[in-house]
Amino acid sequence: MDFGPSERPAGVAPLPTAIKILIAGGFGVGKTTMVGAVSETRPLRTEEVLTETGVGIDDLSGVEEKGTTTVAMDFGRITISDDLVLYVFGTPGQDRFWFVWDELALGAIGAVVLADTRRLADCFPSIDYFEGRGTPFVVAVNCFEGARQHRLDEVQAALNLDPGVPVVLCDARQRESSKEVLITLLEHAMKTREARRRAVD
Amino acid sequence: MTVQGDSAEQEWVDDHAGPVVRPYAVTRGRARPVTGTFDLISLVMATRADVASESGLGPEHVAIVGLCQRMQSVAEIAAHLDLPVGTVRVLLGDLVARNLVQVREPRATTAGLPDDSVFEAVINGLRAL
Ligand SMILES: Nc1nc2c(ncn2[C@@H]2O[C@H](COP(=O)(O)OP(=O)(O)OP(=O)(O)O)[C@@H](O)[C@H]2O)c(=O)[nH]1
Ligand SMILES: [Mg+2]
Repeated sequence: MDFGPSERPAGVAPLPTAIKILIAGGFGVGKTTMVGAVSETRPLRTEEVLTETGVGIDDLSGVEEKGTTTVAMDFGRITISDDLVLYVFGTPGQDRFWFVWDELALGAIGAVVLADTRRLADCFPSIDYFEGRGTPFVVAVNCFEGARQHRLDEVQAALNLDPGVPVVLCDARQRESSKEVLITLLEHAMKTREARRRAVD
Repeated sequence: MTVQGDSAEQEWVDDHAGPVVRPYAVTRGRARPVTGTFDLISLVMATRADVASESGLGPEHVAIVGLCQRMQSVAEIAAHLDLPVGTVRVLLGDLVARNLVQVREPRATTAGLPDDSVFEAVINGLRAL
């Protein structure tokens, strides 16, 4: 796969397409852990510098330190094929930084909302956000202490989810388990797309 | 910057050194790229093996071209060079304007979700991992 400069035809774009999935949920629920579990490398971190008003940096006239906030996003990469690369992004804190969420959610094929049954309400903002945007999502109940005592249909009811939204148990530390969550999301997103297409016809 | 596996010092030193002041120097105060929008997952590949002899490029431009000998997303470039994404976008705009990198914007999904073949490829790819 190493191209010398002479072998690479000028103007032709042999680059693959990238797609992304978001991992959202409350503070400390295991977002970074899941990104790391599925990623082919250690999770990376990237930063956006925002003004306090949250609309990006428009005015750089000398006031470099004032009124800026740094928002960190964790992400990982999964190379699917020569044509397709999947990026998985952990979302930054749920109650601020909607500007960054909007940027992340734009073009995302779906989202995983991680939930901890000891503090289910923590994932409400994420669910509201994806419902509002029409981004397909699944809820993955992370296997912290006590998670297995809850029935998934109870979680579904407690979260007031649309009955079509999958709710699954997972252990974000386990690669296999996290992979299954992503596969469930992709299957759900496919169905969502199909249903939307039928609604249009 | 990596998140896991590094020592605590390594992880935080750069945050304290401040990603706030340095980027302005890197972009010479410019907030926006001369060309392009650069999504976080836009993929970037260098068109040349070496640009050290090009005049008017800063060390960060050269570093991006070096990194992008292998394809990288905008987010990966930012993470590996430990620069804010906004700064990387400005630098990439400079490189695109000089044809030193090529950029593939992500699949446009504003019109809806990708087609089944993409979903199936990703599902099969994940199963095969
Ligand atoms: N028991 C158990 N612990 C987990 C699981 N997933 C994550 N953890 C632990 O929970 C803690 C928080 O995980 P993180 O991945 O940092 O959570 P996060 O959502 O990224 O946290 P913030 O970014 O700070 O909001 C870590 O100590 C993880 O090891 C799980 O499935 N089961
Ligand atoms: Mg985290």
